[in-house]
Amino acid sequence: MRKIAVLGAHDTVVGFKALGLDTFAADDEGTARAIFKKLTEPDAPYGIIYVEEGLAIPLESEIARFKDDPSVAVILIPGRNGSLGLGSGALQAAIERAVGSKLDN
Amino acid sequence: MAAVTPTRMVLNQLKGRLKTAQRGHKLLKDKRDELMRRFLEIVKRNRELRASVEAGVTEAYSALSRASAVMSTEMLEQALFFPRTSVELEVAYKSVMSVPVPEYSFSTTGGSATEIYPYGFAQTSGELDEALYKLALVFSDMLELAQVEKTMQLLAEEIEKTRRRVNALEYVMIPEMEQNIKYITMKLDENDLSTKIRLMKVKDMVLKQAHDFKT
Repeated sequence: MRKIAVLGAHDTVVGFKALGLDTFAADDEGTARAIFKKLTEPDAPYGIIYVEEGLAIPLESEIARFKDDPSVAVILIPGRNGSLGLGSGALQAAIERAVGSKLDN
Repeated sequence: MAAVTPTRMVLNQLKGRLKTAQRGHKLLKDKRDELMRRFLEIVKRNRELRASVEAGVTEAYSALSRASAVMSTEMLEQALFFPRTSVELEVAYKSVMSVPVPEYSFSTTGGSATEIYPYGFAQTSGELDEALYKLALVFSDMLELAQVEKTMQLLAEEIEKTRRRVNALEYVMIPEMEQNIKYITMKLDENDLSTKIRLMKVKDMVLKQAHDFKT
């Protein structure tokens, strides 16, 4: 039985808390990194980790390590200030990887 | 290419390997094409889900902002911080072209699934209800997005690998083997020819000698 984690700024995660997800509030880069590390430990119960886009920028290399890991999905969600377009960036990256070149649109 | 010994045995071995390589190349190419087809389907689905999740989440946030405008922060936190339900995630794996991809389903424990509000209505505002309702609506899309996005990443990796293999076979292994086969064939033919010529010469010499000896 796995669980779902949400990592984001305090304001972002409160709503998800009420849904019954495990939420982790991090308002700066350092805490976010520490929490992300803890969430992705091999014996951590999390199968999906939603990360707020704003926090995902400094964590990019950490997140990239889990791209090929079928047991953990790290998914970016927009933060309070609207979408930064990073989520679709992941899509473009995957397309580029598969096709070998960029596709438009 | 200089490393091959031009013997008939090596030639046979090489021919066998070439055949295997060609068959492998064809199979891998088919695999790549099918993976690509599925991948593009998933990309399409991902794009739709991404758009709906981003719209839904943003909407829920703004409803939450409205709620926090009419309620005090303490009240809001108090209302939200003790969820009635907890979500558990079930992960199953299915195989897409022998790539294991996750399939998620979730179940809520404690409280009924329809009852998403973890607070009494007396001290909270209607805006908060709206925010939570919207968030709950978008959540199933979020879950599917997670599944689709993970699948997409895993397929992308597999496609990349397969494409490399196909290219390595097509542009390196197969041409190299063909060249080696050609080299050995030519070398063997040459040997045959020289043996034949030598025999003819020897025959001439022997005949000549025999003839000369007699007369």
